[in-house]
Formats: sequence, structure tokens, C-alpha cells
Amino acid sequence: MAVSLSVNGKSYSVDVPPQVPLLWVLRDVVGLTGTKFGCGMALCGACTVHVNGVAQRSCVLPVGAVKGPVTTIEGLSASGNHPLQKAWIAANVPQCGYCQSGQIMQAASLLARNPKPSDADIDAAMAGNICRCGTYTRIRAAIKDAAGVKS
Amino acid sequence: MNAIENVSRRTFLKGVAATGTFALALQLDPLARLNPFAPVAQAPAAVGPTLSPNLFVSIDTAGTVTIIAHRSEMGQGVRTSVPMILADELEADWSRVKIAQAVGDKKYGNQYTDGSRSIRHNYDRMRQFGAVARTMLEQAAAKKWGVYSAECKGQNHRVVHVPTGRSFGYGELVETTATLPVPDVMAVALKDPKDFRYIGKPMTSVDFPDMVTGKATYGIDVRLPGMKYAVVEHCPVTYGKVKSFDPSEALKVPGVEKVVEIPQTQPPIVFNTLGGIAVIATNTWSAEQGRKKLKIDWDYGPNVVYDSATFRRDLEQAARADAKIVREEGDVKAALAAADKVVEATFYVPHFAHATMEPPAAIAHVKDGKCEVWSSCQDPQAARATVAGAIGMDEANVTSNVALLGGAFGRKSKPDFAAEAAILSRQLGVPVRVTWTREDDIQHAYYHTVTAQYIKAGLKDGKVTAWQHRSVFPTIWSTFEKDDPGYGNKIELSLGFLDLPYAIPNICLENGQAKSHVRIGWLRSVNNIPHAFAQNTMANMLAVAAKRDPYEFLLELIGPDRVVDLSTADYWNYDQTYDEYPIMTERLKRVLRVAAEQSGYGQKLGPREGIGLAVHRSFTTYVATAVKVKVGNDGKVAIPRVDVAVDAGRVVNPDRVKSQMEGASIYGLTAAAFSEITAEKGRIKQSNFNDYPMARMGNSPREIRVHIVDANEFPPGGVGEPGTPPLAPALTNAIFAATGKRILELPITKSQLSV
Repeated sequence: MAVSLSVNGKSYSVDVPPQVPLLWVLRDVVGLTGTKFGCGMALCGACTVHVNGVAQRSCVLPVGAVKGPVTTIEGLSASGNHPLQKAWIAANVPQCGYCQSGQIMQAASLLARNPKPSDADIDAAMAGNICRCGTYTRIRAAIKDAAGVKS
Repeated sequence: MNAIENVSRRTFLKGVAATGTFALALQLDPLARLNPFAPVAQAPAAVGPTLSPNLFVSIDTAGTVTIIAHRSEMGQGVRTSVPMILADELEADWSRVKIAQAVGDKKYGNQYTDGSRSIRHNYDRMRQFGAVARTMLEQAAAKKWGVYSAECKGQNHRVVHVPTGRSFGYGELVETTATLPVPDVMAVALKDPKDFRYIGKPMTSVDFPDMVTGKATYGIDVRLPGMKYAVVEHCPVTYGKVKSFDPSEALKVPGVEKVVEIPQTQPPIVFNTLGGIAVIATNTWSAEQGRKKLKIDWDYGPNVVYDSATFRRDLEQAARADAKIVREEGDVKAALAAADKVVEATFYVPHFAHATMEPPAAIAHVKDGKCEVWSSCQDPQAARATVAGAIGMDEANVTSNVALLGGAFGRKSKPDFAAEAAILSRQLGVPVRVTWTREDDIQHAYYHTVTAQYIKAGLKDGKVTAWQHRSVFPTIWSTFEKDDPGYGNKIELSLGFLDLPYAIPNICLENGQAKSHVRIGWLRSVNNIPHAFAQNTMANMLAVAAKRDPYEFLLELIGPDRVVDLSTADYWNYDQTYDEYPIMTERLKRVLRVAAEQSGYGQKLGPREGIGLAVHRSFTTYVATAVKVKVGNDGKVAIPRVDVAVDAGRVVNPDRVKSQMEGASIYGLTAAAFSEITAEKGRIKQSNFNDYPMARMGNSPREIRVHIVDANEFPPGGVGEPGTPPLAPALTNAIFAATGKRILELPITKSQLSV
């Protein structure tokens, strides 16, 4: 059975059962590997994408339940120039970088709804995203930098 | 480095194979026999006759410099920092440098990216590569101008004729350079460090633009046409075997194409496959659904008895009994008998799993008698050898590629998952990617060992006069030797135990026996974690017993400026000579002073607030950590700030040193306050981030300040690991300062506290 999907402004028809999580459709079928597998249980946030502009954990979201356009890290900006992407590089945030797709997508969803977040807002929004390398202090600084909020 | 021109390549390779170490890799610079600019016959015609590949650096006629990154990138910035060294000596313009990742090949020397040694072991070598190439470019310019080469100087991607100011771009010199002999590497002048262009200055990582746009390719991301996706069910008990299995239900799952048994390796397991049942499908999720339908009858084997609660009791009992003496000075028993006060404690640090954000993953393609594998591996040479062994292929026919590593911490030193991919690809004839799920990763790791320690120390007239310390833990060597040796290896004992740096006249260090029931491996800073915890906690307890300030007391305990005399111990100094990298107490005290001062130690704090200190040298680098806490009445520990002072000798990329200290502090915090691996009936009880939790943003320190101590007169030290050990004792000493509650076991959740 084919499922229709819009990812980063492009339409796809994928031949998978509707219960397959969006994560694996993106990675294994569509071939967009920027969205990462970390836990498979919505515990770590590595798989975060936007559906209708809102952060979702794609590892537990059946593709058949996706209602609306999907944006992945590859589609967040035309040329890697989203304010968060620029702030991430300016603050030298990444270490291994693996969780950063999810971190950036989560932060982008936060800023879209709350352009001037407080520390508590940031902690709450980012609580579901694990970084095993421990880049948290830099992530917080980069979000504030992108939002124009003083550290 | 003196042996460079005398050691033949043949001798070099034989030496590496014979010793299994990388020490000799330092002795030889293969460039000494290769002209880096000489055209090679097999260079593809399409790239033009002037392209001049060599081992680590090449330059094309357009002036683009390509530097080979032969170490694995796992977050430490090594693909930037090691090439920076070469580029500096080459006087290359960094914006015209490209980085190419090396495959696994002995010709590069050691590629084993662990032990915090990439900079330590490549600093001199990369400088020499760069300097040789720059010298040749200078000689080529001199030849073209007909002047003395001493008048020509490589400067920012050009060779300048100093007296006249005329210059050639590096690209313009490639063809002439290719005709020159390679100068003796020992005769080539290195730059004066004051002229360093990049070394010692922060450099942004070459991989960041890809990492923030989703373009970065990790081992789990590599895609090949016609590939299949596999997951593997391993026996829940380590080294258990498949008796029989029924794949029929699994094969009914849509997308599942095949079920294959992966053979178990005979012990010692080393890096080879655990064995199990693989499900291969058209996508990872279907493979995982099929796996849930497998019916497997296991022979669990002897490790089914492994129970962490019982094991802990045995381990602690062993720690309290006489054991094998591994370092002894003076007469501890007599000094303890004569002491005014005796302080004793038993410490416990559990198993940990690496829990890399990218779980182990690899893709292999076996075709026409050859195998190509891409994996997240810390050592592509080990991956190559392991894969070759697994499929009975000559290593020469295996190409081992390194993708980016989504975290590693020692787990990805062990390429068992790459061997699984190769075995499946050989069987199916198509490329196969093996992905470990988080559950696989947590339940089948090469675990950080579990350690019980006992310390008994004596005070007389306010001074520590006796120190008896026993450490008991299952050894890593049980993974590598047919019969479990039981006792700790010299290397493990050297990680923060034999190298006790305190000035105490009577010392007795002992190691007891312990059996291994799971694969024991190394995890970021290894045995330094439990050893630094016990040492720094006991130092704090002794200060309290002596009614002294713990900071002043610790400085006094480290004692007078000196090189710590380890002549009574069989000490392993992180593969460096002790002459070159001695333990210097003034460096230990200096980082302790910096951390204490920067943290505001000694200032008046609020109720239930405290600052704890710990200092530890590991991987030849000195780190002191100051943790400030505020402990709620409910046992909730807030960490407003951590100060880390680090003396890593000569520093190449200070921003990556800082980021490693920040990250190591968080890694240490997870070990100290969050996670524990336990076994019951041989099975690991934890399985994912719900029951093996990690530090998250909200419960991490609000601020981590890293203070790099200027130590450029010393050779470079390790950076990736040494930030981890001091965090736990600094945290628990802070909690003691804030509340009077003494913590002797990790994680602190077992003491009714949480971060």
C-alpha cells in the first residue's frame, strides 16, 4: 500500500505499511539520513523532525499517521543558513554531531513558537534531547544567540 | 624520534606486529622514503599528471592541499586538529586545505583512535611531514629562481624569495618539486613555536557545516545500491549459544527476506562476533519486527549465574582481604598500628555502558572475493583484520572505510558489528547494513568494569603516614585471553592506582582477583574513574578526620614539588617514557589551585551549598575539577557551576580542549549521578534511556568553565579522557561539604540523592 508524504517540499509515494515509523521511511526508503536513530522510544530526540512546523519524534510516529508536511534537518534552510545553524557553528556546539540534527530541529520548533525563550523555556523544550558528548551549555548559548537573548 | 632515518620500513612493520603497540610508529616517518610530490603510476589520469598523492599530504597544481586524516572523528575534533599541525608547518592557507579520510592501512602507522593519544603521538610526526613538504617547495622555488634555498621561505601558501620579495604560489611549484629528492627528515628545520599560525589557536571543525545540515555521514548512514537492512538477536546471557531456532513467524513479517545464524566465536572473544540470529529485511524497522517473532532456544552457558547484588558482596569481601601487593613502600601495617587515627572505607563503582548516541552500525559489501566495509570504528585496521577473519578473507582484499562516529568512548574500538555485516553480506551477496538497536547497545556492550575498593589510611600528628589501598575488578583481559586472568593487568593497575601521587611514607597497594561474566572493555578513562573516586574521597575524609580544610590538606598530601617516584611499581605510563612524561607534583598542584581559585573556593556559601574538589592525572594530562552544588532537603542536587583546570602540555586546538573538558564533565556526571548497569540471572537489566538515564540539559551544570593552564613547555598530553575521572569525587565531596553526607558508591542515586 502506498503512502503519500511531503518532505522538505517534495512529494513522495512510498510503498510501506502505514505503521512503519516515519524515521525509517525517511532513512531507509526516501534516503534522507540526516534524521537520526537513537532509541526508538521517543526517549532521546535524535529523530526529531517537524510536522506542520512542530517538533515530533519520528521514531514513534507511524508514517500513516503523518498529517501534514514534514521538514527534516536537510530542509530546515535552503543553504544551512537558519539562524540556529549559524549560531551552532559560531559557538562550536557539535562534538560528534550525531544528536545535533534533532537538537536543532527541536530548538527551531521552540523559537518558532517562542522567539525569546527564557532559560527555563529552553530547558523545558530541550529536555527530551540527549547529547552524550555533553554539549548542553553550548546548545543553550547558541539558542540564546540565535534568539538574540542575552546569556 | 632519533631512529627515523635508521629504521627501515620492513623493520618498522615487523616491530609493530611483534609488539602490538604503536611506539615504533613514532620512530618512522614513511615520508623519509617517499617524495610527496612524485607522480605515481596508478594516479587516475583524469586528475592530471601533476597531482602528487603521498601518504599524508598532496598538493595539486591549483594549489589545493589535501591532508589525510588517519584518525577517527568521534567528537574530539581530530579531523581538524591533527591536520592543523601539518598545515601549520607546511605554511598552508587553511582555507585551501581539504581533508580526506584514510582507509585502514598499516602504512599510516597506528590508527587506533583511543587512549587520548592522537595529538600526543602525531604532534612531532605531523610537524615533520609538513616541514619536509614546505622545505621541498622552498627548494623547488630556489631551483626555479637559481638562488640559495636558505633565501626562500614558505609563507601562507607561497614561497617567498626573501631578499627580493618575489614569490610563487604552492601550486606553481608542484611540478618542479616532484623532481626533487626527499630531504632527510631530521635535517629539516621545524618552525619556531612563536611563528605558529594555527597551533594553539582555536579552529572550528571542518565537519561542522555538514553536521548542522544533516549532510554528515556516520556509519549508520552509508547507503549502497541494492542494500539490505539487518538486526541481530544476541543471547541475553553473555557467551550463550543458539541451540535451535525457528524463523517461520519472522519470515511472515512484511519486508523480512531472510533469517541467518551468525556463528559464535570461540573464546577469547576479542572483537569477534558474539553470535546470534540475524533478520534481514528491506528496511530496519521490518527487520526489527521480524526479530520480535523469532523463536530461539538458547544454551545460556555458565554466565547465567551473574547477579550484580551477589557479585558486589563477593567483590567487596575480596577488597577487604589480603591480596596481591603491586606497590609497596615502607611498612604500612606498622604505620597503621602507630597512627593516632585510622580512617577506612569501602568504595563501589558499578558497570557502565558507553551508550553512544549512534549505536554500533556498519555496512559491508562482499563481492568477487573482495569486501568493502564502512563503519563507525575507532580503528579501521582492527575492523579490517576482524572482518577478514570473520569471512576468511585475506586482509589485502578488505577495504575498511571510516565514516564519522556518532560518539565512541571506547565502544567503537571493538568492530564486532562490522564483522556481523560482512558475514551477512557474504551470505546474501548484496550490501548489508547491520544496525544495533539501543537495547542491543545497552545489553551487549563491552562494559566498563565493576570495582570494589578498600582504603585504610593512618594519620599521625596531622599527617597521613599510611595508605593501604586494594582494588578488585574483573579485568579487560578476560575479553582477550582464553582463560580469565582474574587479576588486573599492568595497564589497568596503572590507571590512577599504581601512580598514587601522594607524599606518604608507607604505602601498600594491592589487587584482588575477580571473575568476568560479561565482555569487559574500556570506556572513557577506564579504571581511572573508580580509582580517582576512591583516592579523592579518602583524601577528603582524611582532611575531615584531621580537622583541616580539604583543599589545603590535599595540596599538602600531594606534597613537595617533585617527580613522583614509581620505581617500586611496574607502571605503564600511557605508552610514553617516564622521562618524557613524568608525574610532576607541581603540575598537579597548579591545576588544583587554579580550579579552587576560579571556583571561588573558600568564599562564604549559602546553606546546603558546597564546593568539592578533586584532582587527577591521567593520559599524561593533569585535571582538577571544582563542582559547586546546592542540595535541597529532598536530596535534589543542583549544580550551578563546574570549573575545570587542565594542564595538557602543549595545546593544539584550545577550543576542542575546552569542549572535551566540558563533555568529559557531563560524561563523568552521568556515571556519578545517573546510570548503572546491573545483571540478574546473567541478563542485563537495563535496556534504553528510560532505565539507563543520561544527564540532560536541565540537570547538567548551568555553567562549565574550563581553564587551560599554559604549559607549552611540556609535550602535548591526552585530552579526550582525562576530564572524566575528577568529576565524580568533586561532586561527592561537594555534597559532603553541603550536607555532611559521605558518598562511597556510584551513582549517587543509591544514596537517596539525584541531580
